[in-house]
Amino acid sequence: MSAKPRVATAWLDGCSGCHMSFLDLDEKLVDLAGMVDVVCSPTVDIKEFPQNVDVALVEGAVSSEEDLHKIKLIRSRTKILVSLGDCAVTGNVPAMRNFFTIESLFKRAYQENADVPLRGEPASTGRSIDGPCVAVPKLCENARPIHEIVKVDVHVPGCPPPPDAIFHVVAELLAGRIPDASSLTRFGK
Amino acid sequence: MTTMTASPSSAAHDIQVVTLKIDDQEVSASRNQTILQVAAENQIEIPTLCFMPGLKPMGSCRICLVELAGSPRLFAACVTRVSEGMTVITDSPRLRKYRKQIVELLFVERNHVCSVCVSNGRCELQALAVKLGITHITQPYRYDKMVVDSSHDLFRLDHNRCVLCTRCVRVCDQIEGAHVWDVAGRGIDCRITADLNLPWGDSDVCTSCGKCVHICPTGALTEKGTAVAEMRKQPDFLPYLTIMRENH
Ligand code: SF4
Ligand code: SF4
Ligand code: SF4
Repeated sequence: MSAKPRVATAWLDGCSGCHMSFLDLDEKLVDLAGMVDVVCSPTVDIKEFPQNVDVALVEGAVSSEEDLHKIKLIRSRTKILVSLGDCAVTGNVPAMRNFFTIESLFKRAYQENADVPLRGEPASTGRSIDGPCVAVPKLCENARPIHEIVKVDVHVPGCPPPPDAIFHVVAELLAGRIPDASSLTRFGK
Repeated sequence: MTTMTASPSSAAHDIQVVTLKIDDQEVSASRNQTILQVAAENQIEIPTLCFMPGLKPMGSCRICLVELAGSPRLFAACVTRVSEGMTVITDSPRLRKYRKQIVELLFVERNHVCSVCVSNGRCELQALAVKLGITHITQPYRYDKMVVDSSHDLFRLDHNRCVLCTRCVRVCDQIEGAHVWDVAGRGIDCRITADLNLPWGDSDVCTSCGKCVHICPTGALTEKGTAVAEMRKQPDFLPYLTIMRENH
């Protein structure tokens, strides 16, 4: 058994930009890889979030019932939960849909903006469909920042947070300290 | 030579210079100055938001609150005059807590999506959040949809980004002399409004000078045609105009 810290990353309602910024650590990633066990991430083929995670970096707002389920599971299995990026920290762009009802969103996304004919019908017919509520998880009424749902230990704003800020946060956590990212990043960075 | 010696009572009456303490620093000042002015002259920084040199101070945003020894109240440094023997505290855990709360409330009151805002990276509200070490907002967001007034040929007013500092109201009234802007509504319904609640573009008195746009601290008043992070404000005209007026 390895005694390395167990680190996980997860992706809720975000664009994956925060994960990309993490990957932008370039050669520092190699050092990091030697120091931790990455037990779960969008790039690790694992179906359910594992037990006993030391640090979880979570990107994205909590937007659907699946996000809700995931973030509660992550919280219950993680020592230190990091909100990574503006969507996780503020709701950011995903929360801009909160001004509209879910019905009007579906109408806009799956009818008015559909350029592929739906179920054999031209989009212009405007025939009603229910939206893809069977195949994809149901949307919550609002997209919310993570800390409005579960306790968050470290907030790293930024869209996306710069690689240096992410590295600082991870390095500090691995050194057993709770980092303050406020001098390295900000809302909208 | 005897004319140089005034009687003690009239000397007391004529004193223009006061001495006071700001954060343990002994300073002297003219007694018609505000705490904020005197602090700035002595390189003591007090954060502000609605304050704008060259406009009459309002004291409405409360970011510049300071403590005065002997009073449980807090005072807005931009509108409080110095007095003899005053002891001012500009930074304390209590002040930091209130300043943070004020900025957080500004963030949740309207819709500040910095990543897609024209003022991203050049915004005084954003800069204040950084200065106060705010990495997240502890109050729940309201998500109250606000209108965007694009009726003016050159400019745009986005209520989603307005912090109600009234700089626009003051500059248009006090400097441009047009008095296009006012504040309508109360409490959470407060809005900046053009003329008597007209679309900005319908205002007969707006001279399109752009002064309000360039002293607005946020992405609320902007030039049309700017994309994310492209709005560059040039507020320097105001100190210049002020100096010219004072020397006139
Ligand atoms: S006005 Fe400032 S704080 Fe608000 S969204 Fe724009 S950049 Fe962010
Ligand atoms: S552009 Fe000039 S005249 Fe028009 S509202 Fe702004 S400050 Fe007033
Ligand atoms: S529009 Fe700009 S200058 Fe006017 S009150 Fe709002 S934030 Fe202040």
